[in-house]
Amino acid sequence: MIEARAVTLSFGETPALRGADLRVAEGEILAVMGPSGSGKSTLLHCLAGILVPDSGEIHFAGQRVDTLDEGARSALRRDRFGFVFQFGQLVPELTAVENVALPLLLAGTRRRAAITEASAWFARLDLDGLQQRRSGELSGGQAQRVALARGLVSRPQVLFADEPTGSLDSLTGEHVMDLLVGSAREQGTTVVVVTHEARVAAYADREVIVRDGKVTSLDAEPVRS
Amino acid sequence: MYTLSVYMWCMVLGMSVPLTLLGLLEREPSHGYDLKRDYDTFFGRGKPLPFGQVYATLARLARDGKVVIAVEPGDGPERKRYVITESGASEVNAWLVEPLAPEPHLQTVLFAKVVLAIMLGRPAEEYLDTQRRAHLARMRELTEVKRGGNLVDALLADHGLFHLEADLRWIDTTVARLDALTKEVAR
Repeated sequence: MIEARAVTLSFGETPALRGADLRVAEGEILAVMGPSGSGKSTLLHCLAGILVPDSGEIHFAGQRVDTLDEGARSALRRDRFGFVFQFGQLVPELTAVENVALPLLLAGTRRRAAITEASAWFARLDLDGLQQRRSGELSGGQAQRVALARGLVSRPQVLFADEPTGSLDSLTGEHVMDLLVGSAREQGTTVVVVTHEARVAAYADREVIVRDGKVTSLDAEPVRS
Repeated sequence: MYTLSVYMWCMVLGMSVPLTLLGLLEREPSHGYDLKRDYDTFFGRGKPLPFGQVYATLARLARDGKVVIAVEPGDGPERKRYVITESGASEVNAWLVEPLAPEPHLQTVLFAKVVLAIMLGRPAEEYLDTQRRAHLARMRELTEVKRGGNLVDALLADHGLFHLEADLRWIDTTVARLDALTKEVAR
């Protein structure tokens, strides 16, 4: 489904990835672990077409991603991928339901249909009644569930989650992971979740460890294919 | 092997059957059958307490003055109802208020393996990664138990998860300090 081959990337003089290899199978939930500064988030950004590697290759569904221009990568991210980040990163000017509807609106869905589809996620993620709230009126856990709904609303083929529970307490984080894994499995979405928390990684099918810019796990092959 | 049933059974053994039965009796006087049922529901976790052990334990508690037996006459065989004594209740209280001895586990098998691996020029980091993988596999199983189980299952699984997580933090810290440890061991 998605693959990194000998990917390297430096920020100025500082190498972040030094030949990272990774394969993620369709429908798999993969946890990418590693110490701070190991390159795990950079690897996720390369897989998602946000960053372009200095060398090496990124493949998604048989297509080379790293050689696409910015416009094509942007379309890929919008149409095929979903994202959840550590702090939700909701648009503060929009209501919760508008935030969830955003990927659909950007993809050209009519507003009414997009809002209707987005609204359905509120019951699914225990957010009923919060549709009209803005991000400042939501708790951390609620905001993160709204972000999760936004990440999944367009039924992406891959959901990239970067420390999705990093700003939450243990119980709230578990609730978010429970919903993330349940929803992803339900719609067959592949998930790549970057985390430094073993309890979060335990929701995944498999984990890999990134150290010094390389994937060093002994368990480097997908469990599904 | 650190399986769920072994883990849970270790927890049960660690908490002492006699004191647990006494604790259940402090709630209300009970028959042996009811005690066994409550024990199995809350503490058995797939490993029910044998009737023989229930009655043998109750007999010992009666002998030691922790419970008294009230015989209830009826049409059939006599039924024994067990009632906790003041001495039994104070023993339960003493047990509840006393903290468990925190075990530092400074000299764990894993630590010994790491040091020996360094001494013998073997790949300590690989051993730690293998251990990390085994721990995470166990954590995945316990997470599944949590997701599919009731509150009691979830809390027991949480106990295991937090312990395994603590081990993993130690593994991470040790990996990060392997170079320093190698110098220390080589002295």
